[in-house]
Amino acid sequence: MDAHGVETLRKALVDATLACIHDAEVLLPADVKRAIDVSYEAETDPVARGELENIRANIQTAERLDLPLCQDTGIAVIYVTVPENFTLSRAELSSAIREGVRKATEAVPLRPNAVDPLTRENSGDNTGVEIPPIHFSEGPELTITVLPKGAGSENVSRIGMLLPSEAGKVISFVVETVLLAGGKPCPPVVVGVGIGGTFDLAAALAKEALLLPIGMMNSFESEICDAINTLGIGPMGLGGDTTALAVKVKKAHCHTASLPVAVNIQCWACRRATRVVTP
Amino acid sequence: MNLRTPLGTEVLSLHAGDRVFLSGIIYTARDEAHLRMMEEGIPFDPKGAAIYHCGPVIQGKQIIAAGPTTSARMNRLTGFLLDSGVRCLIGKGGMDSGVRDALRGRAVYLAFTGGCAALAASHMKLQGVHYPDLGMAEAVWIIEVTDLPLVVGIDAHGGDLFSRIGDRAGMRFEEWKKSSRLQG
Repeated sequence: MDAHGVETLRKALVDATLACIHDAEVLLPADVKRAIDVSYEAETDPVARGELENIRANIQTAERLDLPLCQDTGIAVIYVTVPENFTLSRAELSSAIREGVRKATEAVPLRPNAVDPLTRENSGDNTGVEIPPIHFSEGPELTITVLPKGAGSENVSRIGMLLPSEAGKVISFVVETVLLAGGKPCPPVVVGVGIGGTFDLAAALAKEALLLPIGMMNSFESEICDAINTLGIGPMGLGGDTTALAVKVKKAHCHTASLPVAVNIQCWACRRATRVVTP
Repeated sequence: MNLRTPLGTEVLSLHAGDRVFLSGIIYTARDEAHLRMMEEGIPFDPKGAAIYHCGPVIQGKQIIAAGPTTSARMNRLTGFLLDSGVRCLIGKGGMDSGVRDALRGRAVYLAFTGGCAALAASHMKLQGVHYPDLGMAEAVWIIEVTDLPLVVGIDAHGGDLFSRIGDRAGMRFEEWKKSSRLQG
């Protein structure tokens, strides 16, 4: 590919990053909207119904006025699939994505959320050291997926290094995480669970689980979800029938002597968007 | 019930779980603004005022997104506001028993639905700002609201919907663990 073609491809990735962030911030995915509608139709608590009415009105208002759903526009967690022997290096891909994030900060607009962890100095453009996190994997096409992650739900996420003999405690650990979170993560939540792997892989799997469509759950996921919903925490912790819209689980093999369980909580605004990048 | 700022003793008749619609001027304040106000004094008349725990997205003079932030971060920073005559705190997630006690006979905590930033913005007009040097999220924004839909989370009589629901959830968790052990 000549220099012009490379630049065109790079620009397409910048534009796709911006478009993905915009769509994720403004338009809630259809499966999430559906889950919220289902919970509203089933809700029996009057306070909870009021909260879900506000949430539904907010989703419509954001769409109509082309505004972000939430003022916590999050940290853009990014997943990229790259074909084998691709024209652009990972460094070039990362640089284009970072440029897209900076542009989105101005254009959407996003709240500048990225700060130095100790001095708390704000970079002003949602980029910084290792931020946005970009996860690469191989795939047939160049695609970008954006998961804007807010702090309210991220802050109540947990990892447990359970004992191998404690497989029976996995569900209870997840349910307890949601109990301890209470109203803080803006329920009804989506719960991403990573089981197995290493300390870091379990957390990565829990976050990736939040990318899965929430319209369907397997029996294990449903069992956890039902247990969470017996808690009655409800929308915003004000009480109600739906505390979790869905639970999604990803597993990996792990060391024979360990059993990591990571729980990544996501607020009701389970924002995500994907694009195929074509020049 | 419809409320208008500046608020008076009408807030004392509210009960946890009541739905209210608030109109008038509200002031955003997060961690940094609370610390600044404690040090330098409150830059607006606090009598009957409403404080909104919120770090909005502002573009020019436009409020783009202005949902509530987690109020619990302000648990230790709130007493001086209530002592100065503030009648209402607005936020999400509730506050601790210290704030619940400090509200008694004086003020209420109103919950706005977390994440509903576009809905909030559609009920708001920007009127000004204090402490712009604190940055967009931490500055005190002066906002005129019209019929903002809220729920009384903590009332002026010690009624606290968040702690009631939290305690009940804790008991239900213990019951669930017992029954799942019996089944297992």
